[in-house]
Amino acid sequence: MARAPHRVAHLLWWADHRISPYLHIAPFFLLFLGFGLFPLMYTGYVSLTNRDLLSPGAEAYIGLSNYRELVGDDYFWNAVKNTFLLMMMCAVPQLVLALIVAHLLNARLRLRTALRMGVLMPNVTSIVAVALVFAQLFSRDFGVVNWLLGRFGVEPISWQAGDWSSRSAIALMVIWRWTGYNALIYLGAMQAIPKDLYEAAAIDRAGPWRQLWHITLPALRPTIAFTALMSLIGQMQLFTEPLLFDTSPGSVSGGSARQFQTMALFMYEEGFRLGHLGYGAAVSWLLIVMTFVLAAVGYVITRRAVGEKAAP
Amino acid sequence: MTDTVQRAPIPRGKFGTGRLRRIAASGAAGEPSGIFTRYPFLAVVVLLSSFPIYWTFTIASQTNAAIGESPPPFLPGGHFLANARRVFATIDFAKALINSIIVAGAITISMLTFCSMAGFAFAKLRFRGRNALLLVVISTMMCPVQLGVIPLYIEMQKLGWVQNLMAVIVPSAVTGFGVVFMRQYTLQAVPDELLEAGRMDGCSSWGLYWHVVLPALRPAMAVLGLLTFMQAWNDFMWPVIVLSPQNPTVQVAISTLAAGHYMDYTLVLAGTALSTLPVLVVFGLFGRQIIGGVMEGAVKG
Repeated sequence: MARAPHRVAHLLWWADHRISPYLHIAPFFLLFLGFGLFPLMYTGYVSLTNRDLLSPGAEAYIGLSNYRELVGDDYFWNAVKNTFLLMMMCAVPQLVLALIVAHLLNARLRLRTALRMGVLMPNVTSIVAVALVFAQLFSRDFGVVNWLLGRFGVEPISWQAGDWSSRSAIALMVIWRWTGYNALIYLGAMQAIPKDLYEAAAIDRAGPWRQLWHITLPALRPTIAFTALMSLIGQMQLFTEPLLFDTSPGSVSGGSARQFQTMALFMYEEGFRLGHLGYGAAVSWLLIVMTFVLAAVGYVITRRAVGEKAAP
Repeated sequence: MTDTVQRAPIPRGKFGTGRLRRIAASGAAGEPSGIFTRYPFLAVVVLLSSFPIYWTFTIASQTNAAIGESPPPFLPGGHFLANARRVFATIDFAKALINSIIVAGAITISMLTFCSMAGFAFAKLRFRGRNALLLVVISTMMCPVQLGVIPLYIEMQKLGWVQNLMAVIVPSAVTGFGVVFMRQYTLQAVPDELLEAGRMDGCSSWGLYWHVVLPALRPAMAVLGLLTFMQAWNDFMWPVIVLSPQNPTVQVAISTLAAGHYMDYTLVLAGTALSTLPVLVVFGLFGRQIIGGVMEGAVKG
């Protein structure tokens, strides 16, 4: 009688040590497999079918014909071009500005929290809100931007209509929303740089900008590589800004001449507007592959940046 | 991604100690000229950062006639309530608000539960394959899961969750970032001695999680909870695909305001203002913690 509870207790102890750890991490893995990894991989299969949004179950395996069609699809290549153009127009200025802002914030400042909050505020507003207010700011007849330009004698610009004007406006939204966020990440990394280095530089009479160039930037290299990678991956999926900047009702084509349609938006148009889920999945799959290639290249560069830094 | 950003060892004391060092320190970042260079620049940055938000509220409180004038009105008017009422009359905004609260609340609760559980296991429990599995978690942060929306939609059709809030909640219920964030915090905030003591008292790993780990993780949970709630509140791409205008979240609802044939800016931006207000309030109250969370992210990489 006395041994039975002991054995049970031992069994429970054993189970707790051997099995419980896996139960602790199980929810993450189950959810990620079911709703993250599986859909991502399944995209590859769906892209080989002619599945339609409105007639589920009626799809057939059609091999690579979606991809063959895609290669000859001008709208697709237009979306690829726009995605990469916007990526460069967004990522580069955003990160440069973020570095400058972080450098300005990296000091013993009065109103420190208030300034940081002011800088981060764009990032807590939703992309939808940003896109809608920017659409108003850039509207041809009522927008502040055209009013301001008008004071300098510039004729009202129809921002949505032009190739470069529309892309610039969209890039500006992204830059506006993400500069402060990246600046705070840089600031976090800057504050981990030992003060000795700045002290030495000050003895050598290096001003704040030279300190930025010779001490801060080299120390920040891994962080810069990381944020650059993250914003490039983010830009690959640019969707909401171009969708909502298009003010013609119900349009998902990214402007009347598709001048700012991104790949994600093209995928949405094909898959969910026209119902070509198979074709849309082929677009997704290419986008996923491109993202992984970009991430891999970025990862190698990041490693190298970190390695070089640790070397001297 | 690397777990922690590596930093080069800096030779301490290379530049001397004592007075010379103190003199140098005064010139480092807080030099007097900074007052004249930093503050004006930062003022401009903050002004540009807040202008579109200010503008949202300005337009939202005007009449359509007033915003068509030149120059446009730069100060808020008195029509915000009238415009807000029009928002509620045009779309089912109350339902959208309730839906968004349900979605963001449920995602936040499940994120905090599952991420702290997994974070604790990865930080403090020993089990076979721990490091390999942790690497898997970290690599999921690089997965562009947003791009799997078409199969995810097919999955939701099979589950019968299309136009159902579950479709928005479940895929966001846990993230690799949250697990890594919680693991990092558990490592530094929960001393091993405390866990040993708990074991002595006969706690199972679940007892340790509940009685020792969770109380210690409270500050990290606050930060992760705030970031998660705001992100869930602001999410748009997946909700607009899987939900319908009849059962929307706030972001989906205000995007339908803008889809009319005539762009009614005071209406659209009144909706935008209403949808932004809750996040701005949360940000105003907990800004310090949120900033801390973002800056932490830098160190964790």
